[in-house]
Amino acid sequence: MTKSTQAAEPETPKLRFGGHDGWGYAPAPESTDHVELRDRYGLFIDGEFVDAKDGRTFETANPATEEKIADVALASDADVDRAVAAARRAYDNVWSKLAPRERGKYVYRIARVLQERSRELAITESLDGGKPIRESRDVDIPLAAAHFFYYAGWADKLDYAFPGRGARPLGVAGQVIPWNFPLLMAAWKIAPAIAAGNTVVLKPAETTPLTALKLAEIIRDAGVPPGVVNIVTGAGETGAAVVQHEDVDKVAFTGSTEVGKLIRRALAGSGKHYTLELGGKAANLVFEDAAVDQAVEGIVNGIFFNQGHVCCAGSRLLVQESVADEVIAKLKDRMETLIVGNPLDKNTDIGAINSRAQLDKIEEYLEIGEAEGAEPFQTSCPVPERGYWCRPTLFLHASQSHRVVQEEIFGPVLAVQTFRTVDEGIAMANNTPYGLSGGVWSDKGAKAFRVTSRIRAGVLWANTYNKFDPTAPFGGYKESGIGREGGLAGLHAYLQPEAAA
Amino acid sequence: MSERRSAAAADRLPVLKTHKVYVGGKFPRSESGRFDRALTPDGTPIANICRCSRKDVRDAVTAARAAQAGWAARTAYNRGQILYRIAEMLEGRSGQFEALLAAGGTAPDETAAEVQAATDRLLHYAGWTDKFQQVFSSVNPVATSHFNFSILEPMGVVGVLAPESPLLGLVSSIAPAIAGGNTTVVLVTGSQPLPATTFGEVLNSSDVPGGVVNMLTGRRDEMLAPLAAHRDVDALLLCSPDPDVARSAEIEAVHNLKRVAVRPHEDWTDIQSPYEITDLQEVKTTWHPIGS
Repeated sequence: MTKSTQAAEPETPKLRFGGHDGWGYAPAPESTDHVELRDRYGLFIDGEFVDAKDGRTFETANPATEEKIADVALASDADVDRAVAAARRAYDNVWSKLAPRERGKYVYRIARVLQERSRELAITESLDGGKPIRESRDVDIPLAAAHFFYYAGWADKLDYAFPGRGARPLGVAGQVIPWNFPLLMAAWKIAPAIAAGNTVVLKPAETTPLTALKLAEIIRDAGVPPGVVNIVTGAGETGAAVVQHEDVDKVAFTGSTEVGKLIRRALAGSGKHYTLELGGKAANLVFEDAAVDQAVEGIVNGIFFNQGHVCCAGSRLLVQESVADEVIAKLKDRMETLIVGNPLDKNTDIGAINSRAQLDKIEEYLEIGEAEGAEPFQTSCPVPERGYWCRPTLFLHASQSHRVVQEEIFGPVLAVQTFRTVDEGIAMANNTPYGLSGGVWSDKGAKAFRVTSRIRAGVLWANTYNKFDPTAPFGGYKESGIGREGGLAGLHAYLQPEAAA
Repeated sequence: MSERRSAAAADRLPVLKTHKVYVGGKFPRSESGRFDRALTPDGTPIANICRCSRKDVRDAVTAARAAQAGWAARTAYNRGQILYRIAEMLEGRSGQFEALLAAGGTAPDETAAEVQAATDRLLHYAGWTDKFQQVFSSVNPVATSHFNFSILEPMGVVGVLAPESPLLGLVSSIAPAIAGGNTTVVLVTGSQPLPATTFGEVLNSSDVPGGVVNMLTGRRDEMLAPLAAHRDVDALLLCSPDPDVARSAEIEAVHNLKRVAVRPHEDWTDIQSPYEITDLQEVKTTWHPIGS
């Protein structure tokens, strides 16, 4: 008989955490009294905070309470024009003429101030975006600082970027980032760009503009020359104005595959440089020789990290048939311990869904999955009355053609399938239009290396998941994007090799 | 060819060659049964060539896909030897290619240099097969306890709009793509297709597995769009100085976000570098925990 039936036999009492049956945690909220938030934020153009030319604003709210935090300037085409012009002037007159070593020093300064203001930034991130404070404190903000620190050091080493060739910056970069890792994505975009000698116009997501605007304060306070970094807030139209601006030399976009294709189309024939980090539907493959308890932790981290708002989330679980019952039973038990609630509480595992619109999209997929015939499982944890929440969810017995298997949901929803042979598992893993990431769980080293080499994706985690580092290139195959961020490959995205001598 | 015109004067009737396309390691005609004429610069017909169709493009993509995993799985050493073998075969047929180039309009005193340059180019990329990975991959010093490395992998099936340069340009576009483990569907130039159809014979006698290079002749304006839009093509190498050609192909390529490299050069003498290989490679980053 399989291991799974052996494991299922003894009925051990289950531990229930989360406050609803006597094993609760006392609330442990992070103190917010030291965080200064203004009622109104302007655009950061040419080193100053300014209102939108037409005076328009939009609200940013806390998704855990649905309460407004601040009014934020809404940049129109005219404001984007101003920002791009400021970036061009700064590129021509200042940044491209600065000694590389000095350019690097500015970037180092940004890294250091990010570290100094780290807790404030973590709290702001959790307030504005809904992610658990444990994650914003331990992942987002430290990695953002590390990213600036890493690329700062490249500024005076560009001659080593392309073997046999010189390198020069591209000019003005127009960058649009998503709401799932607001400050970290800003760091991924700005750090390599300015270290390489470009200037930037960055558009943060409309639901999470605040940490980017705090980063603008940091950049100003670090003495970075005006116009080197410009931040324009707004929604899709503002982003379109940034990426389609005639005087932008390089476009960097992180977001959906749908919007990425629109941008790619608009860039056709322009000869402009571009990098696109788009959607994903990563498979997490658990083999029968995996350490099951570790794999279960990896599955949970893979899909429930940041509410599943992760392009590289392990949103498909492919588990080998012989261990499927055991893995799924343990996974359900582990999921029951997850705490959904106040993002600022240090016990919280899963915070608020980022917006009403995203919650609607997730709930639509919950209906689709059930209608298509997959078997839903949701945990029983309580969720707050106000705010946007989604309990951790499985779709068992999903089929390869199900939309919950093929399409990116961007929420805490895991589609579960089983496979028999290694080849079948690999074929299933590769059978979506995406190719951003993948996970492999096996205690056999040779097998792990072989499987990771056969999955068509840009980032593979073997016996781990959702690990990031500024030195490690990140980006997709297939419809998950074009180009890399992080590491030397991420520096290449902001440089042009010079013609051979 | 010139033999055709001089046939009547000769003691024996020369055997003329049927110029067919090269797909899946075989030499079929176009499924469409259509033909075009290959002409000398002054407009004299010298041969009939296949005018390939959209269906031929799809068949070629199928052949390229079928060959890709196996070609990528060859050792770098083996791929290097096979590219070297192509150079050997080309060298041995240099006279034939010089004649074909001359018939197509290359100045007589330049044909030998062109064939030699094409041969040397193959040798150059043969030598890169087991070196570019060493130069361009990395071990990444991450701040956690992981062994983390980034390597290059071939993009997969590459659609090539070959340069007008009928031999050196053709070789310069194909060699870096296959050196890195890609397979190719090549739309050869319509103005001088005969060096390409004959180059298929060189490939076929060089241990290049069938399907690694597939070359189609005909009207590129009717083949490029279906190739650029094909969802089982991973990348495009567009060798054209015409920005409108590149732009329209790029738009078709958006369907499945093909990677696109544009080469507007008309003179291919100096277009040779490992970046021609790496532009058709993906970067894959892998994390392995270090621990017990």
